[in-house]
Amino acid sequence: MANLIEIKGVTHAYKTASGLLPVLDGLDVAVPEGTFAAVVGPSGCGKSTLTRLVAGLMKPDQGEVWLHGERVKGPRKTVGMAFQNPVLLEWRTILENVILPLEIVAPSMPRADRVARAMELLEMVGLSGFENKRPSELSGGMRQRASLCRSIVHKPEVLIMDEPFGALDAFTREDLWQTMRDLRRAEPFTCVLITHDLRESVFLGDQVFVLSGRPARTQYLMQVDLPEDRTLDVLYTPKVADMLHILRDQIKIAQGRDGEVH
Amino acid sequence: MLRQIAVPVAAIITFLGLWELLVWVNDWPNYKMASPSDLPPAFWKYKELFVTMGWQSLWRTVAGLALAVVFGTLLGMVMGFSKIARDALYPLLVGFNAIPKATLVPVISLIFIGQHDFNTVLMAFMISFFPIAVSVGIGLSTLEPEYRDILRALGASRFTIFTKIALPKTLPEFFGALKVSVTLAFIGTNLVEIVSPHGRGLGALFKSGETNGDYPLMFAVLIALAFLGIILYYAVVYLEKIFAGWAERPQG
Repeated sequence: MANLIEIKGVTHAYKTASGLLPVLDGLDVAVPEGTFAAVVGPSGCGKSTLTRLVAGLMKPDQGEVWLHGERVKGPRKTVGMAFQNPVLLEWRTILENVILPLEIVAPSMPRADRVARAMELLEMVGLSGFENKRPSELSGGMRQRASLCRSIVHKPEVLIMDEPFGALDAFTREDLWQTMRDLRRAEPFTCVLITHDLRESVFLGDQVFVLSGRPARTQYLMQVDLPEDRTLDVLYTPKVADMLHILRDQIKIAQGRDGEVH
Repeated sequence: MLRQIAVPVAAIITFLGLWELLVWVNDWPNYKMASPSDLPPAFWKYKELFVTMGWQSLWRTVAGLALAVVFGTLLGMVMGFSKIARDALYPLLVGFNAIPKATLVPVISLIFIGQHDFNTVLMAFMISFFPIAVSVGIGLSTLEPEYRDILRALGASRFTIFTKIALPKTLPEFFGALKVSVTLAFIGTNLVEIVSPHGRGLGALFKSGETNGDYPLMFAVLIALAFLGIILYYAVVYLEKIFAGWAERPQG
């Protein structure tokens, strides 16, 4: 399968008051079409920079970012984004929030079609009946579900998520993993997920990229060899325990504590 | 709903009762302090004057306020989007706002001699645009980057991001500032009306009460001013409910 996303030798540094802060150093990432790439790494290693590069919100100092065979030079309509903060617009209802990207991407789309598309997604994530509520009337988990609907309502090729479940409690987070899994079954997007949660990366990912400490490179790549239809139970199998163990060790190396006893 | 009206009305009646009691207990003559019971005759005696003068004060205040909204919003936008503009304009603005506006009355009266309406509107404007400019500027400059990114990642223009996100998100701050500006604009209007010779409006009526030793009239003017202030304030509250009602949390 062709790679939908290709990041080749990307090096980037931020200008700060105390000089250049290199965040990425020759980063290579390739994500085949229709697959799910989870990216883990130590805090502050440049993972969020990676999402902004793929989204075309910034250009790397060196190296190339390719999306669907085209060099990324700026924002494009075929990308969806979700953040840790659901960033719902408080003055819009849940339905109008989900429709927002369609107003930009498909201004000529009839209103009825927009509503139908949004309602289809809201039903998929279990928010039927909440479409006319304001974001402030919903729980954190429900808001994040609505945010997910908004990020894929325009059928993007790529969904980029920057720790979307990071602020939720453990049980709500597991619920959303399953919602995410179901959405992927129904919608054909390719996914990049930035996370700090190793269990999340294994449950959702087809590949897990471990980034090194700053400036980040791809330090380790794990192919997640698990059935497509995963349930939460799979997380409690010895096979996954071994995978998590390997990832944990890689994170320690990335943090520069490889000598630490465990 | 009944409670929403009954509580403030009861508070006003209590206030008037205490005021009456205070004057009665101290046995003050009306040139020291008029009592609420002196006011209805004063209103009745000058009822035509109150209507025409009240209207003059009101329209000038609203005109000044409208200018303040337009200018303050534009200035706030410039400061919200450009850090250079913010750095450049803040000291100027704060300095201008710190000048007591009473000192500007003779200045503008000399620049625009005889333009009483214009001078009054100008003062109402000058005294009331500052809170609007500052709050719009802060609202825009503190917009979380994610809000911008969800639309920017789709290739939306700056203008679209402004109208769809930045502008509505700033509305609660804008209305908060507008409530302050309403009362300030009244102060500006009356300043000119009272200080400048041959003035018009409620301020001039106050002045004539002073000149003629008609103390109940002076107090009646103050009450009329308070009344107009309340009306304008609640007009803003009403607009806020329509345009930024979403910012009100459901009471729990």
